[in-house]
Amino acid sequence: MTRWLLLLLGGTLLGGIVHLTTMLILPRTATQDAYARLSEVATEVNKMVPVPPATPQRSTIPFTDPAFAVAVCRYDLSAAPIKFTAPVSVAYTSVSFYTRSGVAYYAINDRAAGRRVIELNLMTTQQREDLPEEEDVTAADRLIVESPTAIGLIVLRAFAPEPGMMPMVRNTVAAARCGS
Amino acid sequence: MRLLLGLVFAFTVATVVGLGTTWFALTEGTAFGAITIGAWTAWPKTGTAGVDPYARAAIARNGELPIGSGDGVAFFASNDDSGHVLDGRCDVVLSGTTPQARFWTLTLYDREGQLIANSMDRQGFTSQEIVRRSDGTFAITMAPRARTGNWLPTGGVERYVLVLRLYDTPVGVATRASREAPMPSVATEQCP
Repeated sequence: MTRWLLLLLGGTLLGGIVHLTTMLILPRTATQDAYARLSEVATEVNKMVPVPPATPQRSTIPFTDPAFAVAVCRYDLSAAPIKFTAPVSVAYTSVSFYTRSGVAYYAINDRAAGRRVIELNLMTTQQREDLPEEEDVTAADRLIVESPTAIGLIVLRAFAPEPGMMPMVRNTVAAARCGS
Repeated sequence: MRLLLGLVFAFTVATVVGLGTTWFALTEGTAFGAITIGAWTAWPKTGTAGVDPYARAAIARNGELPIGSGDGVAFFASNDDSGHVLDGRCDVVLSGTTPQARFWTLTLYDREGQLIANSMDRQGFTSQEIVRRSDGTFAITMAPRARTGNWLPTGGVERYVLVLRLYDTPVGVATRASREAPMPSVATEQCP
């Protein structure tokens, strides 16, 4: 009896390890995560691509806010840092940065950016360290965002307060650029 | 033989316990740092670099893009204030005020996060669209058939999820009490 209880306890402990291991490995093995889903839309890297609006028949990403026009840039910083520019639309515009595994490591909105155009330089920590000193000074008015990983996603979202404003907001979003 | 049997038993227990808890954690949503106010729950930490491993695993599995903390915060409700599951065949009234934010949106999804088809082609309201009373409060009715005022069609689905997203808001990781974030009430009024 004691023997079986011990085995049960051992099995449960081993189960705890199995649980923790699977939880940690899962993000790396997921085949239908946001990055994979958006790769079907944004086939080229370092290029801004509008995401088709969410409809009841089809939405690229679950729980998408239908009041927003969305464009995405799948970035790869392994060659060089990239520049990102987006005009601010009528109501509310935000730019969110995600790592390959969908961690939102940085987000900024139009009010925090404080301009008519949101301009950013995206680079890895290493590339930032390699920046010449004086260039850092001249680039002071440009926002520098450090990416923890070489690949990831920039997601631009612009708000349409009424459905009638959606075409106009989509046009603004289409003017956003991402590239070296 | 006894040793072999014992090992098989222990490994079976390990598999069932390990994978069972993983499955449970992923389907039930056990992310830490949840803020619950009335029927609403938000996970503001999920939109930061400090996201916990449970939320990361759930996001990777669902294919969601969590809303970044510099952008806003999303509150989810799948029950009403008294704990009844939101049923698309009933009349559910959302009323009151919302926390301070530049804009907010209310959207109705099925449990998988897909929008629900309806003849009005309306899946949500924005803070700019709704009709308010003179004191600034508002009411939105979720119902299968047309209602007066702010009507959000449910398409008659059995279960649905409401998501209230606040954009450019002070509500976030540091928010604790409902006094800081007065969320609207959700009440089931009548069921067929």
